[in-house]
Amino acid sequence: MIWNEKFECANQTELKKVQSDYLRKLIAYIYKNCPVYKEKLDASNISPDKIKTIDDIVKLPFTTKIDMRDNYPFGLFSSSQKDVLEIHVSSGTTGNPTLVGYTRDDIKLWSEVMARTLCCAGAEPGDTIQIAYGYGLFTGGLGFHYGAMEMGLRIIPTSSGQTRRQLKIMQDFKPRILACTPSYALFMADDAKDIGLDPRQSSWEIGVFGAEPWSESIRKEIEQIWNMSATDVYGLSEIIGPGVAQECTYKQGLHIYSDVFYPEIIDPMSGELVPPGQDGELVITTLTKQAIPLIRYRTRDIVSINYEKCRCGRTSPRISKIKGRTDDMIVVRGINVFPSQIEHVLLSIDGTQPHYQIVVDRKAHKLDEVEVLVEVEEKIFSDEVKKLRELQDKIKKEIESVLSIGVKVTLVEPKTIERSMGKSVRVVDKRTI
Amino acid sequence: MKITQISVFLENRKGRLFEVCSVLGKNNVNIRALTIAETESFGVLRIVVDKPDICTKVLKENNFVANITHVVAVEVDDKPGGLADVLKILSDNDVNIEYMYGFMEKFSDKALLVFRFEDTDLAQKILNKNNIRIVTETQIRGL
Repeated sequence: MIWNEKFECANQTELKKVQSDYLRKLIAYIYKNCPVYKEKLDASNISPDKIKTIDDIVKLPFTTKIDMRDNYPFGLFSSSQKDVLEIHVSSGTTGNPTLVGYTRDDIKLWSEVMARTLCCAGAEPGDTIQIAYGYGLFTGGLGFHYGAMEMGLRIIPTSSGQTRRQLKIMQDFKPRILACTPSYALFMADDAKDIGLDPRQSSWEIGVFGAEPWSESIRKEIEQIWNMSATDVYGLSEIIGPGVAQECTYKQGLHIYSDVFYPEIIDPMSGELVPPGQDGELVITTLTKQAIPLIRYRTRDIVSINYEKCRCGRTSPRISKIKGRTDDMIVVRGINVFPSQIEHVLLSIDGTQPHYQIVVDRKAHKLDEVEVLVEVEEKIFSDEVKKLRELQDKIKKEIESVLSIGVKVTLVEPKTIERSMGKSVRVVDKRTI
Repeated sequence: MKITQISVFLENRKGRLFEVCSVLGKNNVNIRALTIAETESFGVLRIVVDKPDICTKVLKENNFVANITHVVAVEVDDKPGGLADVLKILSDNDVNIEYMYGFMEKFSDKALLVFRFEDTDLAQKILNKNNIRIVTETQIRGL
């Protein structure tokens, strides 16, 4: 079923009217309530009356992750603090995390777009969903929770981890829908086999997988192993969390809810729009958000967009799977990892130099693994293995506390980390995605 | 009467030990004693050589991470219980050993061992007091 036919199947003229109306109101609202944005708009010579239709959006300045960092924690909020009901954080490029907040209406919006998402994946009211995304500061768990509530699913909020318990709950309660990262779906299959469970007999028929990039070949693998339909969900906490775009059962791109999250695809260098079908950076404007509405937020994700009507009946444009990033951020088990965070840690430990490399690997059917290679400098080298081990452990602990994921730290000889054009190669992503 | 030990960081990679030894060989540095401590991801090579200064210099020139530690070379009776006798003295006097290993050659009929102590000065004092012979750097060079 289609959760909101009015918007998801709207004709383009009607939709444009709605978007134009929202954009005018948004700019007036932000201009009045957010001094940081007012300054930004003034600097670009944009007053609210210059924005008349959605096509005027290109006149507006971009918002980037750096704006979020520079205005941490509350600078980009447009609503008053007392109206913010919920706060989530994701990782920032250095030091401070990225903070996002939700008013009551923002939570309603989140519930709405997540209900659309779950329907788009094939859920029907009355189905049971096992939500194995982490609940907490990460937006995954609660985003799915709100959407499932909104559309009337029975929720099993298992959160992430404790695989044996996840499998037992699946066997006992027979949920039809599974929501987790694609790598966790593969990981659970291994565990299922270990305890003599045939994954093909599982109750899961639909998977809503996201929070990390994954390919068609991983889709085939998951569908084959679990005998289920694996769909891709896209989102980022800055925009709302999960629920920005979702594949329908035809899996020909992810429907983006353009009535509320207005997409543009730009050339990341020039900032100019690229024609539909061409790869570029996805830029999103949150047309109706209240707490932290963002104007032309640069997601750094490379996609293409297709405005043709889908066989499923939805007219909402479809973005491709993520084809890459315009920065060096990597996503591991739903966590954003920036090389600069690791650099920060190494600089803070006495004697270590920021000479490192991050190697991400997805060993056959296992979860993504992160290995950080750190060059051993003379200053920290010792003839005693235990001292080197202590150092290794210290680096590991500090990195883990910053990234919130487990990493392996390996000490390597100086100058062994590959340098290209004199600049070290910071990230080696060996995952087949 | 400490002697110089050179430690080299070794990545767990094929051929790495060969590369160290090959650099030393080319520069006419002879290894007198050697041990490797290994972990799952790296190793530490510890050597005593005839020309410590040249050794350190050429290793650094070849981008190895190397440093110098002072260790004690001790003569031990080459007979059953010989090492145990020395260890008993150290143990009775609360001297902690970080690690130890043996020399390839010896001066006399006695075995030659390298000790890395937690407190090198204290260890030397105890050894002297108990008439355990400590070998000097000059003697090592002349081996």
